[in-house]
Amino acid sequence: MYYLIQFLIMPAQLNRILLLFIAFIGLFLLVRHFLIPETFGQYGHYRGESLNDISSREMVFADKEDCYACHSDILEILENEMHAVLSCLICHGPGGTHVEDPQLGNIKKESGREFCGRCHDINPARPIDVVFQVDINTHHTEKTNCIECHNPHELWEGIE
Amino acid sequence: MGGNRMKSSRRKFMKASMAAAGTLVLSSVTRPFNVLLIASDPPPEEGPWWGIGIDISKCIGCGLCARGCKVENNVPDEPFYFRTWVEQYTILNNGEIKIESPNGGIDGFNQSVPEEEIFKTFFVPKMCNQCSKSPCTQVCPVGATFESPDGVALIDEKYCIGCGYCVQACPYGCRYLHPEKKVADKCTLCYHRLKNGLAPVCMEVCPSKARIYGNLKDRDSEIVSFLREHDYQVLKPHLNTGSKLFYNGLSAEIS
Repeated sequence: MYYLIQFLIMPAQLNRILLLFIAFIGLFLLVRHFLIPETFGQYGHYRGESLNDISSREMVFADKEDCYACHSDILEILENEMHAVLSCLICHGPGGTHVEDPQLGNIKKESGREFCGRCHDINPARPIDVVFQVDINTHHTEKTNCIECHNPHELWEGIE
Repeated sequence: MGGNRMKSSRRKFMKASMAAAGTLVLSSVTRPFNVLLIASDPPPEEGPWWGIGIDISKCIGCGLCARGCKVENNVPDEPFYFRTWVEQYTILNNGEIKIESPNGGIDGFNQSVPEEEIFKTFFVPKMCNQCSKSPCTQVCPVGATFESPDGVALIDEKYCIGCGYCVQACPYGCRYLHPEKKVADKCTLCYHRLKNGLAPVCMEVCPSKARIYGNLKDRDSEIVSFLREHDYQVLKPHLNTGSKLFYNGLSAEIS
């Protein structure tokens, strides 16, 4: 017992350094506690709350199903057409705000040689079995817009 | 007698205060290591594990995926900031490989090489590979980028310091530094849409369904049948990144 006490009682100058040392560690732990976010380490080496931050970002594009909730007539026309697999959002724009408030007319009707040509212009890299292709620079140059003849919802309607 | 009583109460006091101090110190010392304990746990058994399939033989190079992505995710308009883009590969008869991606393919493509000089040509859509052993998340010095429990590599914008180390670490070039936010940015597989049960925008607007996504744990999912029915390959398999973006028709020229 005597030796143990002798061992624990350190010289005065060491006592002071030890106190300082403990104070530094305490300060470090305190600062660390306030600097590291609460949810850090919840799932891994990152802020768990950031998963909620990222998943609560606003959607700009609507869902195709939302379109058909009101425009079921278009769905009926499209049913047997090649364009039935397309999302409405491709030609009509994102439409997220239109779904929330139908009065907002931010719906596009994209057409024309350049837009239709994105898919239908002839290009050797474009697989021929996937999409119909024409040379948009020579195909019926007397017309200005593709939709004068081709109804995008009823592709072969009125075309011989 | 009196001295004994004093001693006993002092001992009690010492015991209690030592116990209190010990608990305090122990809990504050072990808390920083919680991260290590949790990170070493195996991934959760429940929940999806997202993967992507891209069919090169179906891609028609319309660039609608790249265009839609920029709108949905507020990606800066200038070229060279992309979360997804399309490349047009043209292999010439003399063996030369030409890779074109004007504005990431957002405005569509034209073939600049005369047809008689072309050996073969095709489109390759590129996006984050959502690696399960991501080189990009491993180098982050602050823990701002990570793989989510459902297998999507994400960035915590509030925590990122914009050092750009991850941009260099990604072997697929799928990250960039956002010029306004001054943080790293990348494809999130439209995490905000996935969580609402909707498809990522690039897959929603793809007219030929060349891009699909799904839960790799679900045997009936679209992605699993894609893997079953096609001879798939990942980009740069020798890097062992654990890529979860599987390509069908990946020609040897593609890098």
